[in-house]
Amino acid sequence: MTQFDPHMVLLILSAAVVTYVTRIGGYVLITRLARIPQRMEAALNAVPAAVLTTLMAPIFFNGGLDIKVAMIVACLVGLFLPASAMLVAGWVVVMGWRHFIGG
Amino acid sequence: MNRADFFEGLRGGTLVGLASVPFGALFGAIAHGQGMSLGELTLMSGVVYAGASQLVGLDLFGHDVAAWLIVLSILAVNFRHILYSAAIARYIRHFNGVQKFFTFFLLVDPQFAETIKRGEAGKSVSFAWYLGLAAMIYIPWVLASLVGGLLGSLIGDPRSIGLDVLLPVYFLGIVVGFRKRDNFLPVVATSAVAAIVAYRYVGSPWHVSIGALAGVALAALLPPVKSNRKPNLAVENHEV
Repeated sequence: MTQFDPHMVLLILSAAVVTYVTRIGGYVLITRLARIPQRMEAALNAVPAAVLTTLMAPIFFNGGLDIKVAMIVACLVGLFLPASAMLVAGWVVVMGWRHFIGG
Repeated sequence: MNRADFFEGLRGGTLVGLASVPFGALFGAIAHGQGMSLGELTLMSGVVYAGASQLVGLDLFGHDVAAWLIVLSILAVNFRHILYSAAIARYIRHFNGVQKFFTFFLLVDPQFAETIKRGEAGKSVSFAWYLGLAAMIYIPWVLASLVGGLLGSLIGDPRSIGLDVLLPVYFLGIVVGFRKRDNFLPVVATSAVAAIVAYRYVGSPWHVSIGALAGVALAALLPPVKSNRKPNLAVENHEV
């Protein structure tokens, strides 16, 4: 239950190192570079949204109607309420769908 | 160490710490569902300490992806931190080396938001205050992960309690939070289409790199937006 797989531990530590690099990177960069070029900044700004989109888009596209409807409802909720409300909405839709319609 | 500052940090972090608990528990439960042991998932929350990227890692574990690609994806999701540490640089210059080491390790989204808020309000950002705030976020996060893992081990099939929908909705939530950024819709639409096509014709996990690259390339190529609006980093992100 609490065993450690060496490969998994190595993976976790690698993830920790790259995460730390991103957290110190901006400080190092700004004390070296006077200004980040505008196009580079635009590209950096777009990275998180682009990556997260690639993770959820195929799930939406390949998912059943239950997942599709849940994600659409959650998205609409997210325009007005915080992310935690989206989780609740998506979960309620999926559970309701599976209970009443079947999935 | 200034005790008053430390306690002010603790107080300031209470709400954020509570808000991160469900996400920590979500990570723990899904991690356990993906076959991580309680020790491994707690270790991951303790040393990576970046919720979205931890969940990205879990999503890819399920796809039998090469380890280097998982690490690369985690790097990509955490890229935003580069902007954070650049932005807080002016407030933490007076920290010593050891303090800076921990400052950057603890620099999660709400920690950044609170630091910027305090700095911009003209109050001094002391290490004691920063550490107090961080303790209120870090400790609940790690504990919630462990508890989520324990609960996950009590539940058999993640789908039976609707856990499978939470991961895509969680990612969706972060993406929706970015909607005020320059060129948001073209970037997201491009990444989505590229990812779906790549998923179908190239195969997982390449849809992540191909889709992300398509959106980022578009962002770099699009003409700069006139307003030159800065991303409002302080209000976009609420979780670890």
